[in-house]
Amino acid sequence: MTELDRGPSLPDESPIIVQEMAAIESSATEASEGPEREFTVAARSQFRIVLRRFLHHKLAVVSLVILILLFFMSLFGGAMWKYRPTDETNDLSAPPSLSHPMGTDSSGHDYYALVLAGAQKSVEIALIVAVVTGVVGTAIGAIAGYYGGFTDSVLMRITDLFLVVPELVIFALLANKFASAGWEFLALSLAGVLWVYAARVIRGVFISLREKDYVEAARALGASNRRIIFRHLLPNATGPIIVNITVITATAVLLETSLSYLGLGVRYPDTSLGSLISIYQEASTTRPWLFYFPGVLIVLICLTVNFVGDGLRDAFDPGSRRVRA
Amino acid sequence: MSAVTLDDAGQEPSPPDLPPPLLEVTDLTVDFSSDDGAVHAVRGVSYRVRPGEVLAVVGESGSGKSVTSLAVMGLLPRTAKVTGSVKFKGIELLGMKVNELNKLRGNRLAMIFQDPMTSLNPVYKIGWQLAEAVRTHHPDVSKRDALSRAVDLLALVGIPNPSERVSSYPHEFSGGMRQRAVIAIAMANDPDVIIADEPTTALDVTVQAQILETLQKARDETDAAMVLITHDLGVVAGAADQVLVMYAGKSVERGSVDDIFYRPRMPYTLGLLGSLPRLDTEDAMLTPIKGAPPSLINLPPGCPFSPRCPLVSDVCLVDEPALVASTSPDHVAACHHMDQLEGDTTPADVFDAGDAGVDVAAVLEAEAAEAAAEAAASAPPSEDGHA
Amino acid sequence: MLGFVLRRLLISILVLLAASVLAFAMVASLGDPLASLRAKNPPPSAEYFRERRAALNLDKPVIERYWLWLKGFSHGDMGRTLDGKSVSGELGAAFWVTMRMSIAATLMAIFLALLVGVYSAVRQYSVGDYAATFTSFVFLSMPVFWLALLLKRWAIGFVNHPSVFGWHPWHSTILYTTGQQSPTLPHSLFARMGDYAGHLILPSISLALITYASWSRYQRAEMLEVLDSDYVRLARAKGVKPRRVLVRHALRNALIPFTTVVAIDVGAVVAGAVITEYVFGWHGMGFEIVTAVRNYDTDLLLAWLMITGVFVIGFNLLADILYGVLDPRSHVT
Repeated sequence: MTELDRGPSLPDESPIIVQEMAAIESSATEASEGPEREFTVAARSQFRIVLRRFLHHKLAVVSLVILILLFFMSLFGGAMWKYRPTDETNDLSAPPSLSHPMGTDSSGHDYYALVLAGAQKSVEIALIVAVVTGVVGTAIGAIAGYYGGFTDSVLMRITDLFLVVPELVIFALLANKFASAGWEFLALSLAGVLWVYAARVIRGVFISLREKDYVEAARALGASNRRIIFRHLLPNATGPIIVNITVITATAVLLETSLSYLGLGVRYPDTSLGSLISIYQEASTTRPWLFYFPGVLIVLICLTVNFVGDGLRDAFDPGSRRVRA
Repeated sequence: MSAVTLDDAGQEPSPPDLPPPLLEVTDLTVDFSSDDGAVHAVRGVSYRVRPGEVLAVVGESGSGKSVTSLAVMGLLPRTAKVTGSVKFKGIELLGMKVNELNKLRGNRLAMIFQDPMTSLNPVYKIGWQLAEAVRTHHPDVSKRDALSRAVDLLALVGIPNPSERVSSYPHEFSGGMRQRAVIAIAMANDPDVIIADEPTTALDVTVQAQILETLQKARDETDAAMVLITHDLGVVAGAADQVLVMYAGKSVERGSVDDIFYRPRMPYTLGLLGSLPRLDTEDAMLTPIKGAPPSLINLPPGCPFSPRCPLVSDVCLVDEPALVASTSPDHVAACHHMDQLEGDTTPADVFDAGDAGVDVAAVLEAEAAEAAAEAAASAPPSEDGHA
Repeated sequence: MLGFVLRRLLISILVLLAASVLAFAMVASLGDPLASLRAKNPPPSAEYFRERRAALNLDKPVIERYWLWLKGFSHGDMGRTLDGKSVSGELGAAFWVTMRMSIAATLMAIFLALLVGVYSAVRQYSVGDYAATFTSFVFLSMPVFWLALLLKRWAIGFVNHPSVFGWHPWHSTILYTTGQQSPTLPHSLFARMGDYAGHLILPSISLALITYASWSRYQRAEMLEVLDSDYVRLARAKGVKPRRVLVRHALRNALIPFTTVVAIDVGAVVAGAVITEYVFGWHGMGFEIVTAVRNYDTDLLLAWLMITGVFVIGFNLLADILYGVLDPRSHVT
């Protein structure tokens, strides 16, 4: 959770302005209106630069590829696979083989189908959480950070309260009460709590950004608050925002699987990787495939998300001192 | 223009009556590797500093002046590739093991950094940091003695109430006082050479003079030679004996302070002088040097100053000029056209005129010819008939 | 300093009160303590229901219930569980059980995080750095329950009942995998401590491995920044020996934000402890909260939230004091 709360290092100059020199050829596009037309450069150039830096990080690129594969498999793989999770075959408790890449369980269910179903839930929940916390957290964090005042104090008090009460307990209570509501409710309640962490970090980012000289310069040129937020601050905050979302996504996956393990998350008939581990935890020695595959998959999803996030952090940070050995 | 024979080390030989140099830098190069390629921050710099001397190193940001000094002190990151030679009292410093180098650093060689707000460790008291400087090199000195030496040092650099201030934390000091404390740390072990990297740049103008005074006091107390890095020619005029002008990682002119100010032989030097606001000239406008310093990654061949130089010609774009003696053996400059700067050329002549589209070279040649003719006309005939 | 502590204490009490309101609202709206009774077949008589409702004060309005609870709580009366046991008794014992594990895990995690973080920063981009970074990432991507189960299995398979090419050197429970202590404790203090320790090792290692990972990433970043600072450069220019520069100048400064990181994460450590206890079958706060949630045991729930709240706030206060001591710029001392 800590990665969410510390302020990331921010560029001291607007990367947009610094890279203006390098991207002079693309400056003609959106620079025609607005008081600070002299200083606005198409964000396209920033994107290209970030992309190029990201591609330098082999590990992050590999992780991104694996992650996209995982997403694809989780969301669509189940429908393409020959077995459904509820199909009972005649191979009982069979170790992994060509016909059953992840073996089967005691009732002959193909484990690969089960694991895919669990992964699908985790991915779906993670995506919902990512989008909701991203949007809501950024919006509220930006307002709180930039305008301060009432929104800010309210936000800070809410986060203080959340620090005191472990969110696991909140989820447990919610999950127990709304046990029949389905996994969508779980996703929304996860988002409903985790957005606070996103908002806090974004707030910190906006607070430090609003003190930057180029904001003052824009204001001196007559730019409105809305313009400053959307044209200057938001593009410069993109880095921390995206990185933060990846961290929250990984956290959401871990939370969901933990809750499901405890029996408080995704319930029957839905499968979760956490509940699979819970069911087969005693089988780790006798039928290891039932225990290891779901766990490894959880680690794989979170790991790739975290690596991509780390790569993005390096790509967005102009101060990174990456030296070719 | 006359060539000078260099000695085995690649330096001009010392006249026999001067003391041997304390610090001798020969052909120093520093390369950094980056995402976009190798950055040639320093491309062959040589200088020497004798006891009691003040050498000012002048240049814009990115000229490599700071990197040069960091290389001398061995403070560059491991990723930097350093070649050349740095000799302190004849001992080669480059490639020295850290343990050995640490015996000299803070002891015989001291350094003062640019930003006093970040130079001091925020969690330790000033006295502690001063005492550390002493006890690192004199471990037999007791804590109490080291602390009293700290008080003495603070008094020396002009900090009021030193016995109380010694227990203060850096954040309780103003910028000027912090810089004085840093100077005190540098002085602590009576160094032979003090390297001051832009010691006044981060300070208010009113404080600058005080700091320069404190530096002078430090020199008086320790008899140290000083390498003063700055981009402020005003500071140079007041403090320096010798001046080294750097541009794009190389030294482009070197000589005494009078040579540089009154007889510059490199257009860049002339331009720097022209950019100085002065109260005693008639020119109402400054003559800035147009353009910006070049990137140190992909330097084009030839003189790096060519894009901004009003005297540029074809040879400048192809051949990077070497340092050659001009008005005297000790005054060297790197310019193919340094002869065009002879006579009383002012920056306005060279730079402003260039912008107006006038052929500067022609104007200067005409001027030089005029001066020579005048001299020939008024000089009495000599025995052998030389003009 | 005293003023600072007093001010913070006052604010903490206010925050606790606010938290208690929130907790009570949440519990009161979400829980139905009589649900288990309703689910019984055949259901108990209406009379019994009314009796239970009165006993649990459910017939009174929410605000009055809150007030009653608050009054009792501030006098140390935490009420009774649904089974009739004393909440304070139950939680009192459970708290110290969990504390052992949490403190051991946190200390281990701090030690590991500092070690790995400093090493990674000093040897940046080396093979060791990449290996350490990768390992940290793996651990922070791992759910604590899975790691706990893994360690359990490996302890049984490799430590307690090892097998070397079919030969079994010993069968002995060196590392305990269930419970926080043996059912019958030995009498001597030394043996008793050994028993506690034996039970403590696996759970605290699990929790420590999960926790150290993100801290070490943070510490590495912080150390890198500090090692690049002007004052570290000045220390080097003074001729100070490299190890001393690293510890006395760099690490000393990097420790300051580290205290904040640890303090913020204490809630996560508690959550991790809950899950770890569940896996290892400990009868601590984790067991209590899972029971409380399952049965909607309001008194137990509220007391649990309050105790945890006090702990978190107290821990944060300690961290702030430590921060003030470490950083002379913070105007606390």
